[in-house]
Amino acid sequence: MTAASPQAALAQRFRAFLPDSSILVTETERRPYECDGLSVYRRLPLLVVLPEDINQVQRVLRICAELAVPVVARGAGTGLSGGALPLTDGVLLSLAKFNRILDIDPLNRTARVQPGVRNLAISEAVAEHGLYYAPDPSSQIACSIGGNVAENAGGVHCLKYGLTVHNIVQLGIVTMDGEQFTVGGTGLDAPGYDLLALMTGSEGLLGVIVEVVVKLLPVPDTAQVLLAAFDDVVPAGDAVGRIIGAGIIPAGLEMMDNPAIRAAEAFAHAGYPEDAAAILLCELDGSRAEVETDVMRVRKLLAQCGAREVRIARDADERALFWKGRKAAFPAMGRISPDYYCMDGTIPRHRLPEVLSGIETLSRDYGLPVANVFHAGDGNLHPLILFDANRPGELQRTEEMGGKILELCVAVGGSITGEHGVGMEKINQMCSQFSAAELTQMHAVKAAFDPAGLLNPGKAVPTLHRCAEFGAMHVHDGQLPFPELERF
Amino acid sequence: MNADQHERLAEQLRDAFEHQQALRIRGGGSKAFCGRAVQGVALDVRGHCGIVEYQPTELVITARAGTPLLDVQAALAEAGQMLPFEPPQFSPDATLGGVIACGLSGPRRPFTGAARDVVLGVGMVNGRGEVLRFGGQVMKNVAGYDISRLMTGAQGTLGLLLDVSLKVLPTPVCERSLRADMDVADAIVAMNRLAGRPLPLSATAFDGEVLWLRLSGAEPAVAEAMEALCGEIFVEVEELTGQQFWRDLRERQHRFFSGDDELWRLSLPAASPALDLPGRTFYDWGGAQRWLKTNAEAGAVHVAINKVGGHATRFTSDGAVAQPLSPALAALHQRLKQAFDPVGILNPGRLYEGL
Ligand SMILES: Cc1cc2nc3c(=O)[nH]c(=O)nc-3n(C[C@H](O)[C@H](O)[C@H](O)COP(=O)(O)OP(=O)(O)OC[C@H]3O[C@@H](n4cnc5c(N)ncnc54)[C@H](O)[C@@H]3O)c2cc1C
Repeated sequence: MTAASPQAALAQRFRAFLPDSSILVTETERRPYECDGLSVYRRLPLLVVLPEDINQVQRVLRICAELAVPVVARGAGTGLSGGALPLTDGVLLSLAKFNRILDIDPLNRTARVQPGVRNLAISEAVAEHGLYYAPDPSSQIACSIGGNVAENAGGVHCLKYGLTVHNIVQLGIVTMDGEQFTVGGTGLDAPGYDLLALMTGSEGLLGVIVEVVVKLLPVPDTAQVLLAAFDDVVPAGDAVGRIIGAGIIPAGLEMMDNPAIRAAEAFAHAGYPEDAAAILLCELDGSRAEVETDVMRVRKLLAQCGAREVRIARDADERALFWKGRKAAFPAMGRISPDYYCMDGTIPRHRLPEVLSGIETLSRDYGLPVANVFHAGDGNLHPLILFDANRPGELQRTEEMGGKILELCVAVGGSITGEHGVGMEKINQMCSQFSAAELTQMHAVKAAFDPAGLLNPGKAVPTLHRCAEFGAMHVHDGQLPFPELERF
Repeated sequence: MNADQHERLAEQLRDAFEHQQALRIRGGGSKAFCGRAVQGVALDVRGHCGIVEYQPTELVITARAGTPLLDVQAALAEAGQMLPFEPPQFSPDATLGGVIACGLSGPRRPFTGAARDVVLGVGMVNGRGEVLRFGGQVMKNVAGYDISRLMTGAQGTLGLLLDVSLKVLPTPVCERSLRADMDVADAIVAMNRLAGRPLPLSATAFDGEVLWLRLSGAEPAVAEAMEALCGEIFVEVEELTGQQFWRDLRERQHRFFSGDDELWRLSLPAASPALDLPGRTFYDWGGAQRWLKTNAEAGAVHVAINKVGGHATRFTSDGAVAQPLSPALAALHQRLKQAFDPVGILNPGRLYEGL
C-alpha cells in the first residue's frame, strides 16, 4: 500500500458528509496545523478536517474509530505544551468553525457557546449586561474556550475568580465512538460523578468538547493596581504571603524578576524600574470604598516588607500600562533572544526563594539565561529560558534544563504544570510526579472513555515503558517504582 | 487527635479486594442519609485523623479524612480563615472525609464555590487497595486528570479518601443579613438580578414569603451595599436572627424541613420560574437549589424538573435516591467505577444500583 492511499480512502469517506473545503489534503493546506504554540515540536497530520456541526464531528469520529485512525482535536492552536501536536498517521480535527455564541442568559448569568469561540469574544458579547467571563489567559484574544476547557486554563485573575473549572457549568462532549454526552448541568451541579471536572484539563484525551456553558460574573465596580519595586526577590515573595495573610485576596498578584522587568520595559515602555530585582503588581477590585481601604493597607504592607517604591496607578490608562508590561512579557522575550522556552511549574508559595536560587544555579550550570514571571498569588511560576535553536545542541540543553526546573518544583511539593498542560512536552516529567500505580489508574480512566486509545494518544499520561526509558523514577514510599520493568 | 492509619486502611482494602468483600465506608455517620443504603462490612475511617499541614498564608489546609469537621473549622478560625463552601455538619461527629465524599455545600455555594471547587488534592485508596495521590497542595495543577475533584461527591464509590487538601479563604470581617417580603415570582427575579450586580453577596434565599440576603466582606464594602439595598425594599435583620436563619438552612433544621411530606432536593437553573408541583418550596442558592416538601408522585417531580433541565433527589426512609442517568451516561459511570473498583467493594450501590 502506498503512503497516500490511507489518506485518500479517509478523505473519500469524509466527503460523504463534509464539503471539499472542510477536508484539507494537500501538504500546503496541512502545513499550518503541524504545530501549536510550542513550535519546537512539529508533525504533519495525515489529514485535517473542519466540521461545523456536532453530527459531523460524530461521523468523523465513528469513521476514525472504525478504521483505527487516531484523532487530535485542535482549538486555536495556542497551547504551549504540544497538546494539539498532530500525528502523521492521524486526523487533525479542528473546531475552528464552531465559532458561534449560541445563547446568552443574563438573568441566569450563563452563556452557551461553541468550543471554537475565542475566550475574549465571550466577555465582549456579554459586556452590555454588565457581565464577563472571568478566566483571562494572556492569550485570550486568540485561544478558544474549548482549548481552555481542555487545558483548564488560568489567567492573572484566577487567585480570586478561579480557573476554567470554576467558571463552566456544562459541556457537550463526543467520545471516540461518536456517542454524544452532556456533562454538568445548567444548575449548579449534576447527578452522578463530577464528569465536568474530569473533562476539564483532560487535554483532548477523553472526548471532543462540542459545546460549553460558561458562568458569567458581574463586572466589579472598580479596580486599582499597585506596582512595588524591591531590591531583592525574597522580600517580594514575603510580601505576597503578608498580603494574603492579612485577609486580602487581590484580583491579581504578579511578580517579575529583573531580567523579565528589563525585557518587558524595553518592549512595552510601561515605566517599570529597570534596576529593581523584582516588581510586584497587585490588583484590587470591588466596591469603591473597599478598594480605597485595601489599597492603603496593601501599600503599608509592601513598605513594611521593604519595597523601595510603591506606585498606585493614577487612572485607568496608567493601570492598563502597568499591566501592559506584564502581559507582553512573553513576546518581549522574543525581542531579546532568538528563542525562549516557557516553563509552567507550581510551588507552595513559601518555597519561592529556594526555587529561584535553584533555577539560578541551573541557569549558570547550563549557561542559559532565565527570566522569571510568576503568578505569585497562586504559586504558578513561568521561568522563560532564553536560547538559540540555531546553535547545535542548545534546544536539547534547554529542554533538559527545563525538565530539571520542573523536577525541582515537584521536589518542593509542587507540580510540573499549573495551566499549560502536560501535552507532549512534559510527558517525561509526569514520571517524576506520579507513581506507576497512579499512572495506571489514569490509563484506566482513559480506557473508560476511549478503550482503543485513539483520542490524542501519546500525550498527557506516559506509558510505564516510557517512564522506565526516561529513567526519572518517582520514589514512592521508599520503593523504586516500576520494579516489574527492565532497566535500560 | 493525630493518627496515620493509611497502611491499615490500605491493607483492609487489599484484603477486601482479594475476598471480594463489599465494604461500607463510614466516618461520623452524620451523612448516611445522603445516599442509598449500602450492604457491606463497616469500615471506620475515624482513626485516620489529624491536620497534616496548614500554613494560613498558603490558603491551603491538608487533613486526614477522619478528622472531625469541627476540628478543621476550629483550626481555620484561629487563623481567621474558613472553608469557603460552608459545609453542612448535620452532627458534631461529621468528618472531613464524609463532607468531601458527599460533596455538600451550604448557602455560600453560588458565591464562593462548592466543595469540589476547593479540593486541590487527595490521597486515596482505590478498590485494589493501592494508595494513590492526585492533585496536590498548590492552587493550580493540571498534571494528569483531575481525579481529586472526581472523588468529591462520589460518596466513596471510587476510592476511600485518606486525606484532602483544600483551598481556604479569609473569613469575612463583616457579615449582615437583610430581608424583604415578596411573592415567589418577584423573589426569583430579584435574587438573580442582585447576583448580576457587583455586590458582596454571600447567600440569597426565599422561604415562601420572605427574601433573605446575606452580605459578607470588608466593612466598607458591606456598608456601601447595605446603604444601596436598604434604600430599595430591604430591611436589616438583627444579627443573631440572621445567623440562625442561615445556620438552620445549612443544617436543614429550618422548620420548613419538618412535616410528613416527602423531601426532595431540586437542582436547576437559578432563574427558572416556580415549578408547577403541589406542596411547599424553599429556595436557596438564588433559586438554583430548591427544597420541596410534597406528596406528589416521583414521576410528576421528574417530569417537572426535566422540563427545566435540572435534576431531583428524593429523600426516602432508605436514603437519598438520585435522578436516573441516561443509558449512555450510566454506562460511562459503570466503566469508570470498574476503572477504580474492579470487583465492586467500595460502597456498592451507594450512588446508584451497581455503582
Ligand atoms: C502568548 C501566550 C500566552 C498564554 N498565556 C496563558 C495563560 O495566561 N494561561 C493559560 O492557562 N494558558 C496560556 N497560554 C496557553 C494557551 O493559550 C492555553 O492553553 C489555551 O487554553 C489553549 O487554547 P487553544 O484553543 O489554543 O487550544 P489548542 O492549543 O488548539 O489545544 C490545546 C489542547 O486542547 C485540546 N483541545 C482543543 N480544543 C478541544 C476541544 N474542542 N475538545 C477537546 N480537546 C480540545 C487539544 O487537543 C490540545 O490538547 C498562552 C499561550 C500563548 C501563546
